[in-house]
Amino acid sequence: MTILDRQQAIIDEFKALPDWEDRYKRIIEYGRELAAMNPEHQVDKNKVKGCQSTVWLHAGLESGTVRLQGDSDAMIVRGLVALLLKVYDGATPAEIIATPPDFIRETGLGSHLSQTRANGLAAMVKQIQMYAAVFQAMQKAK
Amino acid sequence: MNEVKTFDVDALRKDFPILARTVHGKPLVYLDNGASAQKPRCMIDAIARVYEHEYANVHRAAHELSAACTDKFEAARRTVQRFLNAPDDREIIFVRGTTEAINLVAQTWGRANVKAGDEILITAMEHHSNIVPWQMLCELTGAKLVVAPMDDTGTLVLPEFEKRLSPRTKLLACVHVSNALGTVNPIAWMAQKAHAVGAVVLVDGAQAAPHQRIDVQALGVDFYAFSGHKAFGPTGIGALWGRANLLEAMPPWQGGGEMIKSVKFARTTYNVIPHKFEAGTPNIADTIGLGASLEYLMGIGLDAIEAYEHELLAYATSKLSEIPGLRIVGTSPNKAGVISFVLDGIHSSDAGMILDEQGIAVRVGQHCAEPVMDFFKLHGTIRASFAFYNTRLEADALAAGIRKVQELFK
Repeated sequence: MTILDRQQAIIDEFKALPDWEDRYKRIIEYGRELAAMNPEHQVDKNKVKGCQSTVWLHAGLESGTVRLQGDSDAMIVRGLVALLLKVYDGATPAEIIATPPDFIRETGLGSHLSQTRANGLAAMVKQIQMYAAVFQAMQKAK
Repeated sequence: MNEVKTFDVDALRKDFPILARTVHGKPLVYLDNGASAQKPRCMIDAIARVYEHEYANVHRAAHELSAACTDKFEAARRTVQRFLNAPDDREIIFVRGTTEAINLVAQTWGRANVKAGDEILITAMEHHSNIVPWQMLCELTGAKLVVAPMDDTGTLVLPEFEKRLSPRTKLLACVHVSNALGTVNPIAWMAQKAHAVGAVVLVDGAQAAPHQRIDVQALGVDFYAFSGHKAFGPTGIGALWGRANLLEAMPPWQGGGEMIKSVKFARTTYNVIPHKFEAGTPNIADTIGLGASLEYLMGIGLDAIEAYEHELLAYATSKLSEIPGLRIVGTSPNKAGVISFVLDGIHSSDAGMILDEQGIAVRVGQHCAEPVMDFFKLHGTIRASFAFYNTRLEADALAAGIRKVQELFK
């Protein structure tokens, strides 16, 4: 599955859910299912600024692809982290940079979630894009 | 005898255009008044009228518009004077808000009067804006910040407070109503005790002014600060009241136009109070808007507002107390305006998002009172803060909204 396929799968999944309660329930499920982050990465330097809850994002480069780990102390935000990881984890830096998080708008999550600074969704996306840009620059320098 | 007018909340709500709107397709239930209150039509109209018909700079009356605008501006000062029952309108200084008022006192009265070895007494329930300016002053002067503790209900421990007063205490700076807990402090009693050791008393009235009648003379304090935007007035305008003798003895803060009598390169002499503390062109339209809001509040009657809100808070508290897994933080016997609470196993940010989805606006987090959260060993709370335009139906909506939050996280 390409990064675009993965994004499309999320769009399809959420579009099939009739109302906001179901969409939130699904996000909460994703949050509960998200694999625990390696505690050694759960440190201040991986905290994402701009969130009312605490969010950690860690990125590493493994054989050309970006491997992401993330977590939050709030469950909805944890679910959003899980969705972002579902799209971006395992993609190349170039793919990440070329793929804006359209699913946020197209799933109908956007009208509710992206407009509130509280969940820091925009800050998380920015952080992932920034990691990708750094890895791309490192690859080019080699 | 004070006449308590019939309190028709449905009629009063119509004075606030924004309350008629919907959020996420649901009627707005605005319970974030502690952060900022909504605005009555009369204030919105007053500001529009200034800009459409009456606007010019003030205190430079070479022409009719300026003279008329100055009259309205100074009328707003007298309105604030009546609102606080201050003895003299020269004692009202317009500032951006409570934060600026406290910083003004710290940087003028504080620098002139506080020295190494002195103590500044605050309480454990202060907002950051009544902590940090004093920490800055302590750093500058070598004075010590002393904190009077509260108990598990969020009530000031009076004997502990008394123990911390001494001849070293130069200033008592305390909050009238706690923004995070809703606790109402016994200001008159505290001021009496502080004065007995020779301390000056400053009160942060940001959360009190919108909810009850303020009488600075009855309270017996020396400085009282409040923000316009929390009292249904415009943002960016508030007032500091201070005793004339203190204000007159204080050095000015910001230098510029308005605050001077005469400027020579050799020596500048300063204007009289209040102008000495109002450098530069003031926030003219918003000051006039603040006057309109305060007249509106006094028209309803602050005693009537307090009585109505007291009953509403009791009702909402009982409704929320019925919810299993909900714990109210701040259960002082004397409270105003605020219910702070936590939900078992649910992060306050999660709760805030699901409440928002239902059109219910609350604040979540630390409420600019990190030490209060540390005391209760919490990362944050959900805070519903009420105003006189809130209703029992809205308290019911909040309770139902919370149950919905719990259902989604089951």
